Amino acid sequence: MKRYVVCQTHELPPGTRRIVDIDGRSIGVFNVDGEYYALRNTCPHQGAALCTGSLLGEVRSPCPGEYRYDGSRKLLQCPWHGWEFDLTTGQSWFDPARTRVRPYDVTVESGRSIAAGREGVVPGPYVAETLPVTVDDDYIVVTP
Amino acid sequence: MSSDHHHGGPLIDCDVHLPTPTVDQLGPYLSEHWREYIATAGFKGSMAVTSTHPPGARSSGHERLDGGFAEAMRNVRRHCLGESESARAVVSAHYGVETMGPPDFSTALSRAVNDWMLTACRDTDERLLASINVPPQYPDLAAEEIDRLAGDDRVVQVFVPARTSKPYGNRIYYPLLAAAERNGLPLGIHFGGMSWNPPTGVGWPSYYIEEYVGMAHVMQAQLSSLVFEGAFQRFPRLRVTVLEGGWTWLPSLMWRLDKEWKGIRREVPWVEEPPSTYLRRHVKLSIQPIDAPPDGPEVMTTIDQIGSDDVLMYASDFPHEHLSDPLALLDRLAPETASKVAYGNAAACYGVPSAPEPQESVR
Amino acid sequence: MVQSPPETSPRTDSRRTARSRTGPIVDCDMHNYMSWTSSGLSRGGVLADYLPDRWRDYYTTFGMRTPNSIAFFPTRPRNMAARDDTWPEDGPPGSDLGLMREQHLDLWGISAGILNPIDQILMGSQFPYYSAALTSALNNWTLEQWLEPEPRLYASICVPYEDAELAAAEIHRLADHPRFVQVLMNARTREPLGSRKYWKIYEAAAEHDIPLSIHVGGAGGNPITGAGFPSYYIEDHSGYPQVYQAHVISLVCEGVFEEFPTLRWVMQEGGFAWIPWLCWRLDRAWHLLGTEVPHLKELPSTYVKRHFWYTTQPIEEPERPGQFAELLGQLEELQVVDRLLFSTDYPHWDFDAPDRALPREMPKETRHKVLAGNAAALYGLEIDDVL
Ligand code: FES
Repeated sequence: MKRYVVCQTHELPPGTRRIVDIDGRSIGVFNVDGEYYALRNTCPHQGAALCTGSLLGEVRSPCPGEYRYDGSRKLLQCPWHGWEFDLTTGQSWFDPARTRVRPYDVTVESGRSIAAGREGVVPGPYVAETLPVTVDDDYIVVTP
Repeated sequence: MSSDHHHGGPLIDCDVHLPTPTVDQLGPYLSEHWREYIATAGFKGSMAVTSTHPPGARSSGHERLDGGFAEAMRNVRRHCLGESESARAVVSAHYGVETMGPPDFSTALSRAVNDWMLTACRDTDERLLASINVPPQYPDLAAEEIDRLAGDDRVVQVFVPARTSKPYGNRIYYPLLAAAERNGLPLGIHFGGMSWNPPTGVGWPSYYIEEYVGMAHVMQAQLSSLVFEGAFQRFPRLRVTVLEGGWTWLPSLMWRLDKEWKGIRREVPWVEEPPSTYLRRHVKLSIQPIDAPPDGPEVMTTIDQIGSDDVLMYASDFPHEHLSDPLALLDRLAPETASKVAYGNAAACYGVPSAPEPQESVR
Repeated sequence: MVQSPPETSPRTDSRRTARSRTGPIVDCDMHNYMSWTSSGLSRGGVLADYLPDRWRDYYTTFGMRTPNSIAFFPTRPRNMAARDDTWPEDGPPGSDLGLMREQHLDLWGISAGILNPIDQILMGSQFPYYSAALTSALNNWTLEQWLEPEPRLYASICVPYEDAELAAAEIHRLADHPRFVQVLMNARTREPLGSRKYWKIYEAAAEHDIPLSIHVGGAGGNPITGAGFPSYYIEDHSGYPQVYQAHVISLVCEGVFEEFPTLRWVMQEGGFAWIPWLCWRLDRAWHLLGTEVPHLKELPSTYVKRHFWYTTQPIEEPERPGQFAELLGQLEELQVVDRLLFSTDYPHWDFDAPDRALPREMPKETRHKVLAGNAAALYGLEIDDVL
């Protein structure tokens, strides 16, 4: 299975995101408080660029007037019609079993291990082998 | 009640109208103070009643109530109950108390009409059940009236008009909704009534026919409110019936509410399930009027789109005229569905013991 | 040095090549937005430049009356009711022609788009002369800033619709301009549209043979439902189909089409799944109560078939597969399929994407008609490759 080097870790600091093309697929990579997430950047509803949407906490309520806000859960809200998707699993809030968007594994790997030519790691989408990787840096790697 | 229908099982007729009592008929059920108040005011009854069902309009079917009270009650028995032991009819007598400003007067009238109605039921047929009046504009007084009467086995429903100045999901109604829930009575939202605001979202129509047709959108607004304002989350055992408001609009409403909810449910986070789920679980609708051409495929498609056998309830809507025979609709349904619509759904809704298995030609 | 991987622009999405897949597209409802006026805080701005002195002075001194609707600030959960990705650098969504071209007209390959200026939603709340001055300014601005620079755009004529005579005057002024293709009122009127109060507008529209339309918005002072004011935006927004139902009932029953037999009405953004049952209910009621409205010479559904068109956004999304086809079948019976007009509502949050909104259950030929052919026929647009 091919894996893709997205960027150096310092290029994606906490609170930022980056949308990249990997093998013809648009994928959003997020850094939320040091945790990395990646989701397919296409909303299953009408195809909006989902990963450009807002990251919101979860709001639930047992009955009118009570609000339970959970800021630790991260929901990505589609920029068009507002469907919410769990950043970790890609599942929609309203129909987690059937309406979901594809999540991808994100890892941080050292330039050394990448340079050592670990099998299947493609350093940088579309720039493949020619991308120079410095052994002393860490990289964000997405596995589609 | 004609006998040439295949559906031979018993019926619960969930929407039957008694003739409106005169103020004289209500006299025995009012205190001396209110009797004098009525006499000095020259009060002859609320105009909300005649504007809901104009006396001469063909749709009102008032000729079936001509001939005096005793004759009208005989018609109710004949038309809505027939011979079956298991048959039931849920009667109501809209009195327009929702239009009245004075809280104590509207409450006193509700009580009087209810006591009159329960006496009429008792004296006429033990299979008659009652849908009681309350002043919905005073939810705490409405709750008191519900608590006063809920112990009576004949009382099976709280009758409120479709037209309001705030829809029923609004928190101001919580005392009323709580009382309905704790007493196990559905809130029966019925065609018509009167309120200070127009019956459309865009002002006053000119003709009665507009208001008549438009009652369907008033009902939709009531259900949207109950779902989105969280009434079913706040009162999980609350049940609602839509009476004489049509039902062919239900699929299009469910689609719209579900769609909205997927995108902006965060505004109303207590709505944790799709609106259509709440509607199917908490709401039942009376089948008369049918609206769709009774013989065409439309009616069957709509029933299929509603997506539940538990939602529709048989009603004659006596004495009103709707140009279609609800029994003929039962004949078109699969037998199991037909028996639910004819009896089972209403039995569950109103706490009527289940009917014996359909016998051949009970009627 | 590690090179950055290619980033996708948040506003354009390279996979979109809608036109090649869908054929021509006419967008029957998109919005340009002049100003920040609906906050009620604006002073001057673009609008002032288009007003005559008397009204510029009024506008900069008193501003505009804000509609009394929960659909306006502050409770709307989607900012400015817009898609998150439609904000220009400077100004509100819909205020920048360049961005509209880039992320909408070009991206989707839209052949023609009909602008409904957003500012029109405030016009029913202003007093007549002021409203007339404002709508004229709005129309002039649309013409100069949008229609003249961009040949793909057409527009609705904004009118001060709560004063029919003044509205008629604006129709007479602009109806024969080839780029103004319909008259725009808002759904939240003070009275149902059948009311005689509005008939002078209809007379003018009939004279010029220009379609009339209503669009979501406005504030006639009535609660949005016949059951009173709801509490939440979600109720307000989902209440619109009911407002449209009330208007159709009123236009039919009050005899507007007997008086003006050539009128064409475009119901924008009000949904269309309610048309079949409303026709059934109207016809049954007419059999029962027709004596009350002897001016109706035909079944109510006949007038509905003859006089109404509907924009598709927000598209109906039935619950189960097959149900959209059932709906289409019923609409076919009512001859409505030739009267569905595709629309996106750009830049609003409930936008419909041209390549994805119309369900697969819609047959290909119908889809082509809905996407362009029906609109081309209604508005007399010349679009290449239209079916
Ligand atoms: S496209 Fe994402 S919610 Fe509709």
